[in-house]
Amino acid sequence: MTTIEPVPFVEPQRRSRSFADGLRNTLPKIVLAPSFAVILVFVYGFILWTIYLSFTTSRIMPVYKWGGFDAYFRLWSQPNWYVAMQNLAIFGVLYIGICIAIGLFIAILMDQRIRAEGVLRPIFLYPMALSFVVTGTAWKWFLNPGLGLENTMHNLGWESFRFDWLVNPKMAIYTVVIAGVWQASGFVMAMFLAGLRGIDGEIVKAAQIDGASTISIYRRIIIPLLRPVFLSAFIVLAHMAIKSYDLVIALTGGGPGNATELPSTFMYSYTFTRNQMNVGSASAVMMLMGITAIIVPYLYSELRERKQ
Amino acid sequence: MSAANETVSAGQARVARYFIYAALIVLALVYLLPLYVMLITSLKSLDEIRGGDMLALPGSPSIAAWVKAWGEACIGVSCVGIKGYFWNSIKMVVPAVLISTLLGALNGYVLTKWRFPGHKLVFGMMLFACFIPFQAVLIPMARLLGLLGLSNSTTGLVMVHVIYGLGFTTLFFRNYYEAFPDELVKAAMIDGAGFFRIFWRILLPSSGPIIVVTIIYQFTNIWNDFLFGISFAGGEGSPMTVALNNLVSSSTGVKEYNVDMAAAVFAALPTLFVYIVAGRYFVRGLMAGAVKG
Repeated sequence: MTTIEPVPFVEPQRRSRSFADGLRNTLPKIVLAPSFAVILVFVYGFILWTIYLSFTTSRIMPVYKWGGFDAYFRLWSQPNWYVAMQNLAIFGVLYIGICIAIGLFIAILMDQRIRAEGVLRPIFLYPMALSFVVTGTAWKWFLNPGLGLENTMHNLGWESFRFDWLVNPKMAIYTVVIAGVWQASGFVMAMFLAGLRGIDGEIVKAAQIDGASTISIYRRIIIPLLRPVFLSAFIVLAHMAIKSYDLVIALTGGGPGNATELPSTFMYSYTFTRNQMNVGSASAVMMLMGITAIIVPYLYSELRERKQ
Repeated sequence: MSAANETVSAGQARVARYFIYAALIVLALVYLLPLYVMLITSLKSLDEIRGGDMLALPGSPSIAAWVKAWGEACIGVSCVGIKGYFWNSIKMVVPAVLISTLLGALNGYVLTKWRFPGHKLVFGMMLFACFIPFQAVLIPMARLLGLLGLSNSTTGLVMVHVIYGLGFTTLFFRNYYEAFPDELVKAAMIDGAGFFRIFWRILLPSSGPIIVVTIIYQFTNIWNDFLFGISFAGGEGSPMTVALNNLVSSSTGVKEYNVDMAAAVFAALPTLFVYIVAGRYFVRGLMAGAVKG
């Protein structure tokens, strides 16, 4: 579609003034250079710095004494780290799966020529504008075992209703899933809705003429056509899941105990409060590796596709 | 209304539509519930909260909790409310949004209209920077801010947000300018217009929508940030989100749920306001950030 031209101007008949032309050629690079330098230093340089720290003996402050793989051995022998990884797996799978399921479901409902779409859409999407800390605070109150949902159900006459997930170590991670899904599923809905609107109506019409039922049209034709949206949604949600920090802190503070520890909270506490900076760095490196494994192939294919 | 009435019986189609509307309305209520509970709790007295039902409307609505959250609530040891932190956030957001948007516009302009060998690699590296887990830069940044004497300062946070926002702002403007006709730029070059003149007179005047998208995206992201705030500005200099978390998670004294909720409303108001006023652009930004072009 787009043509890639290395030098965008061709002016054969103009007087070539070497200085002016030289300036013309370098000025854009001079403008871009500071931003790129900043990214090089503060993203890539800092990542290298963190990687280096993970191979040192740093504890409360960064020291640059070589420690080999010691921090990694220590990281992978921490029960806490396994809790964090297990929680990330539970949270990640449910968060991504439920967000996609609910997002797709609402998008399909919204695509049935709904009259009040302009009112409904913002309602599903507004949580995305809120800070995770606000979301966590609101849900912490909403799920409060004494005064929240449980109490409301009792008042409604359901006396035996119990909902103590927030303070139950076995169930606390699922409250993070609930709040996370509430926040992000509307966004996934918007992605699917945009995808549905992009589908060629002729294909659907042809299937209707052939007598296919609405359900089988969705199952056989429309949902398979949404594959790119599934991929985008997965990438966005997976990378949000790995980075999740604020939500857990605001909702459960990582507790009860360490029941809702995630790699992000692990990294923070080991680095800044438990004085094991090298182990904290090592966990940050693991998080980076996880994200890189998801994002780089995706970005690579997205950037390549444009070329054809 | 529906295309189905000629094939299936109209009655069946109508039942299906009732079901769809019912499902959508129930779902919408579920999405609204936490916000509703947050709002009404902030308008209740503590006695009413303890004795009553979470979903019940306040018997005698009062903004006492709002007043207390704004000016008297205790965050850490000082009981001066959240107003100072609210202003910290404003002082952090405004410059950070403006600087990162301006730089993003210039970067996008260079990366589309003044391409040079390697422009793809440069863009790819800036793009990847959007997605890194910030935990991987946290320790060096804390160290650097300490060395520069910028720990706990708004200036430090502005710097951090500009740096880590550059990837997204550049992405937005690059994708927007990519669709901008090269011919116009070339014609201006032949007329002798220079780099900045072309940007100022030709691209910028038609950049309105993408500027709005970028500003809203950056505003929401930076206002809602928590990780950088808590890592680099823990005390007096902390932004609103950090103060809210400190208020809510403090375990001293009587737990004042109404004040907590009022503070949460204050933290949510600016981004909710922007969302209500310019939701379309907010969604466009989210999508542009998710589906790279």
